[in-house]
Amino acid sequence: MTIRTIAAGDITAAVRDLCITVNHRMGEDMLGALRRALAMEESETGRHVLERLLENAEVARSQWYPICQDTGQAVVFLDLGQDVHVAGGNLEAAIQEGVRQGYRDGYLRPSVVEQALRRTNTGDNTPAIIYTRVVPGDRVALGFLAKGAGCDNMSRLAMLTPADGREGAVRFVVRAISDAGPNPSPPLIVGVGMGGTFEQAALLSKRALLRDVGAANADPELAALERELLDKINALGIGPAGFGGRVTALAVHVESRATHIASLPVAVNLDCHSHRAGSVIL
Amino acid sequence: MTPRRTVEVTVPFDVERAESLRAGDAVLLSGTIYTARDAAHERLAGLIAGRLPLPVDLRDQVVYYCGPTPPRPGRPIGSAGPTTASRMDAYTPLILDTTRLRGMIGKGKRSAEVRAAMMRQRAVYFGAIEGTAALLGACVRDAAVVAFPDLGPEAIHRLVVERFPVVVVNDVHGGDVYEEGRARYRRDPA
Repeated sequence: MTIRTIAAGDITAAVRDLCITVNHRMGEDMLGALRRALAMEESETGRHVLERLLENAEVARSQWYPICQDTGQAVVFLDLGQDVHVAGGNLEAAIQEGVRQGYRDGYLRPSVVEQALRRTNTGDNTPAIIYTRVVPGDRVALGFLAKGAGCDNMSRLAMLTPADGREGAVRFVVRAISDAGPNPSPPLIVGVGMGGTFEQAALLSKRALLRDVGAANADPELAALERELLDKINALGIGPAGFGGRVTALAVHVESRATHIASLPVAVNLDCHSHRAGSVIL
Repeated sequence: MTPRRTVEVTVPFDVERAESLRAGDAVLLSGTIYTARDAAHERLAGLIAGRLPLPVDLRDQVVYYCGPTPPRPGRPIGSAGPTTASRMDAYTPLILDTTRLRGMIGKGKRSAEVRAAMMRQRAVYFGAIEGTAALLGACVRDAAVVAFPDLGPEAIHRLVVERFPVVVVNDVHGGDVYEEGRARYRRDPA
């Protein structure tokens, strides 16, 4: 086994580029989901909204306008191969520097205040939120969400009981989206995290947003649950931008893990119709 | 909700014009609007509570709940979509009652208190589509910070807009597009 060396500066450059790309170029998975939504939407207003979203994505790409003015809090998912040595700097500082450069060079909005109750804008969108896993191998994988707050604010977590079961989990997820109504900017990507502990469920629901839009869970039972949730959410009538329609969510991504005999945590993390996600492997 | 008609509105506008607008109307706004979101609202409410003058006369004006992205060189502004209006609900009745503000642009539902204040003061709530922030930014002809520059993206900007597309969500007569649209397409038995 050999140790592979990766320069901290290369990580900074990769994060910088992710910030800029993700905020200007909507992913093909998301564009495909919006086009499928346009084909199935019955509401004339809903179709108009979806057409405008696709037009916006094109203008953002070709004329270098950010897809949304809320260019998000930067959430970085770092998978660090255990055979990697980062040289020439502190790994976390390298990521923060990438976010600083990306938001500055990309004319992206600084949207972070220094502390929950001391609300002075930090001016450069740092600190980013970083979730690190050490994994086998000699690569560094960086997942990135430009996480808008309007939809994050409508997210929810419940410590259900085993007796609540599947039915209780479905009711809780659908209720969260029903209550949110037009606020989180539908049609949505719905991340659901179940199991683990309080904080693991929340993190699973956020990681679920990184999946290609509409890609089903490999577990057939969970894939069936995703389809059922999507049907129930799209029966709510909220529709594109909340003006009424058939398409309230584009996709539901469920992740589920081992949990305590006493627990059934369920977290719902929402992403808006400007869903911006990306990844790169070094 | 199907827009019944498209109406051109010049900002500022008066009570009579506000009363002519109906929930569901597609509106193209032209003229001057002012951005203000969370931090600016907190400051405006503080000034009103302290009986101090406001930095902007809001009578018959429209406030846009928006924190734009910084402009690229040669542009007045970057992307400029709406933020969630309900976060401003705590301040809105006070602002409507003291300034005679005529309109607000945002996204999402308003509280019962805000809707009552809108009917009382004859003010309109317009919805814009957040995911069209690039298209909305391209409708802005001129932008300048006119108050609270230390707030950065949350400063009050004066925007000159041309045919800026919005929908009347709540009119002065009690109409609500979100409720009407959702009721039409709802299929759940609950």
